[in-house]
Amino acid sequence: MTRISLTVDGQKVADDVEPRMLLVQYLRERLGKTGTVIGCDTSNCGACTVHLNGKSVKSCNVLAVQADGAEVTTIEGLAQGGQLHAVQEAFRECHGLQCGYCTPGMIMQTVDLLNDNPDPSEEAIRHGLEGNLCRCTGYHNIVRAVQHAAGSTSGQQSEGVGA
Amino acid sequence: MSTTQETAAPTQEIGRDRRRKEDQRLITGRTRWTDNITLPGMLHLAMVRSPFAHANITSIDTAAAKAAPNVVDVLTGADFGEDLGVCINAWPITPDQKTPAHSPLPADRVSFAGEIVAVVVARSAAEARDAAELVDVEYDELPAVVDLKEAAEDKVLAHPDLGTNKSALWVFDSGEAGTGGNVEDAIAKAREDGIVIEREYRQQRLIPAFMEPRSVVVDPTGEQLTMWSATQIPHILRFALAATTGVPESKIRVIAPDVGGGFGGKLQTTPEEWITWAIARRIGKPIKYTETRSESLIAGHHGRDQWQRLTLAADKDGTVTGLKVDLLANLGSYVAIVGGGVPVLGAFMFNAIYKFPAYRFACQTVLTNTTWTDAYRGAGRPEATYAIERLMDELAAETGMDPLEVREKNWIKHEEFPFTTVAGLEYDSGNYEAATARAKEMLGYDELRAEQKRRRDSGDRVQLGIGVSTFTEMCGLAPSRVLGQLDYGAGGWEHAKVRMLATGKVEVVTGASAHGQGHETAFSQIIADRLGVPFEDVEVLHGDTQIAPKGLDTYGSRSLVVGGEALVRAADKVIEKARPLAAHVLEASADDLEFSGGRFSVRGTDQGVPLTELATAAFAAHDLPEGMEPSLDASATFDPVNFNFPHGTHLCAAEVDTETGQVKLRKYVCCDDIGVIINPLIVSGQVHGGLVQGIAQALWEEAVYDDQGTLVSGSFVDYLLPTAADTISFDIDHTTSPSTTNSLGTKGVGEAGTIASTPAVVNAVVDAVRHLGVDDIVMPCTPERVWRAINSGSAGGDTTGAAAPHFDSSTGMSGTVDRSTGGAE
Repeated sequence: MTRISLTVDGQKVADDVEPRMLLVQYLRERLGKTGTVIGCDTSNCGACTVHLNGKSVKSCNVLAVQADGAEVTTIEGLAQGGQLHAVQEAFRECHGLQCGYCTPGMIMQTVDLLNDNPDPSEEAIRHGLEGNLCRCTGYHNIVRAVQHAAGSTSGQQSEGVGA
Repeated sequence: MSTTQETAAPTQEIGRDRRRKEDQRLITGRTRWTDNITLPGMLHLAMVRSPFAHANITSIDTAAAKAAPNVVDVLTGADFGEDLGVCINAWPITPDQKTPAHSPLPADRVSFAGEIVAVVVARSAAEARDAAELVDVEYDELPAVVDLKEAAEDKVLAHPDLGTNKSALWVFDSGEAGTGGNVEDAIAKAREDGIVIEREYRQQRLIPAFMEPRSVVVDPTGEQLTMWSATQIPHILRFALAATTGVPESKIRVIAPDVGGGFGGKLQTTPEEWITWAIARRIGKPIKYTETRSESLIAGHHGRDQWQRLTLAADKDGTVTGLKVDLLANLGSYVAIVGGGVPVLGAFMFNAIYKFPAYRFACQTVLTNTTWTDAYRGAGRPEATYAIERLMDELAAETGMDPLEVREKNWIKHEEFPFTTVAGLEYDSGNYEAATARAKEMLGYDELRAEQKRRRDSGDRVQLGIGVSTFTEMCGLAPSRVLGQLDYGAGGWEHAKVRMLATGKVEVVTGASAHGQGHETAFSQIIADRLGVPFEDVEVLHGDTQIAPKGLDTYGSRSLVVGGEALVRAADKVIEKARPLAAHVLEASADDLEFSGGRFSVRGTDQGVPLTELATAAFAAHDLPEGMEPSLDASATFDPVNFNFPHGTHLCAAEVDTETGQVKLRKYVCCDDIGVIINPLIVSGQVHGGLVQGIAQALWEEAVYDDQGTLVSGSFVDYLLPTAADTISFDIDHTTSPSTTNSLGTKGVGEAGTIASTPAVVNAVVDAVRHLGVDDIVMPCTPERVWRAINSGSAGGDTTGAAAPHFDSSTGMSGTVDRSTGGAE
């Protein structure tokens, strides 16, 4: 067991974890952060995407011990003070989700994408979301949602959780 | 109580692009997926699965696994008796169907790679999985039959005790049924003085690949045993548990909480559910099993997998005279819950929108040592639509006509509805001319045809193809009478209840079980209009057999057209129950009352009372009319008298690089007629998502087995689910021919995009290279296959490796197929 201390969605947490425990398992099983989900076992689907120190990662591809000392934001920490993040709002507005299983990862990836490129072309959006699979939407309305969010994020802080 | 005139009726909800009620919890992670559920003392399962496609189990040594940390037990088939139950086939398609016994946990023999042979129960999922590695199973390998055509020859048997791999032969013949002529006569005549087109098409095996892996939790504490499952069919699941495990139905509660997609893949009753059920009952503690993605791909049911032999007869002028369909359909190693019935759902659809005077359909279902197959989005109808829409393009090529022209020559004209087809179905409504005209306009059909000619004339390296699919489908499963005639084990009705709460809110209980479709939103819109209450005040409840005790669940584009109609009827009963109370309150005759905008009012006066206030009055029950029960709640069960028949014209423009075989989608447009639309936003989502699943069959996806029966596309590395970067944006529109089989005028839309798009894309690819001598390319149309088709005039050959993997071995991915030669041969 290894002792780790980190901040998750603004909350300081500390636990003893097995060195092999994945960050996504830690989030779900130890912290009850079940908003972040597991969709595959080969790092293809991106359903488990969270932010590690402000950058998107597939949390199935990060060991919990690697997050020691880090700041993690999950889908559950994105909305602030009851206000949805612009990207969350855009996914609802543009019907960018159906079953919603890929949605936490899609949203977290989109936030990161727009942080890097606030005004992406459709092609840049499609490539930026390539690591996140969706089976319901055919991506059409997800692309619309990202475009919608890009049009509305200017001036807004695009990471939900501060320290 | 207010009895004065109030504001006018609110804006009509039906037809509004309401944002979904479901989304708030989904976009904030406040979700209740089955795998999120944790109960006190809960134990976890890990499955030990056979690596062999066909083998006798000679011994299982569980000692080391049992000794592993925090392992509670390790169980095999030998540890269980009848309490384990069996996996059921609900649709024996013929009386003499061969149906192998299907134990969830066989003790003696496995018949596909991935079948469960032992189960570890441990305190954590990780410990269960660790211990599963320690279970030592000895197998005596048996010959496996993997290929569908070889299986049909019965040389190697998937289940030796059955004596054959042939499960059932199902035939429809219009001459025998009296719905049309004799197809052999039509073909014989066409051979003399007409056109005969004979083709064999492959429907490759697909995997539904819903995003949420299947998960099941069973809590045996308390009086009722509760099962949470990532399922489309909580009610059917409850029935099947009761029917096969000896637990009274009244002691079983099944809950489908948030369910992350299904596409038919979650309408199964699974070995994993039965095993979890049995172990929870045995140990007396809550048990959870969540599959890995690889397990999901290997053991969850697959779809499609047919060979189609087709003969189309026509006159020289392109008028169709007969269609003969001969199918081989791969069941996999067991007959799944609807398994054999899936191709039968296509039996009535090969004739599609065309006026064939003679038709014959025969389907031989075949057992193999592969993963079982069952419904996948469209279920039988995509296969049928693919076949006929490919054939119509061949007929166009043969006659030199435009593909749309030859279709129009043969399709049912809009003034001919309702139209009884050669398959015996009555199509309720449609207008193929209008949808086609609109789609042509959206695509810029004539301009693209001109560009295609220019490119052909100039010998451009990149050729342009235009693919057509003028599809129809039958949806809204289903009239119970028809299901009975087809020997299906249940009916096709749906149930709804409307509960008028004392506070003025409305609860709607539906037997449909959503898993991404947006029922909560669309059903709220229907009720808001019908009862004149605010959209926000309607709460839709579903997916729990204690809350929604009656229902037949969600599949086959049925929820709105069957479940929605049940809802309308329940709402109308509420209004009729409230009418005498309104008359009592208003001191008027019930005959003088009219109900609109949520209010009863006395005709010709300004006196009225809202329905919601009557609900409060019924709750208090202080002053009710003589004999009235103190409740406005009402329920209804609706059994449709007919299917309904959405249709549409889909047009795809694709570019094919003739030097590399690469296919690029340039434009995709569709004009679908799905009757009256409740929520256009939800409809657009259903169409987009359906299109991509159908396009993925055309271009990317295929479940591939090696000779030993190992699924080589058994992970998301090797099974190519399209990404955002693979796909394009779509232009969609609608014409509206209201359905006549339900009062809302709605038709199903859940499967339309998937049914229509596959042939549109393949027709476009073939159209781009037809002048190079190509008339078929096997799906998925990978660059390799397209290149081979161009260069050898063949259809592109078999797939032996993963069809179109995300990565190849050169990227360092271990454990994947060697594709150093391109993945095939």
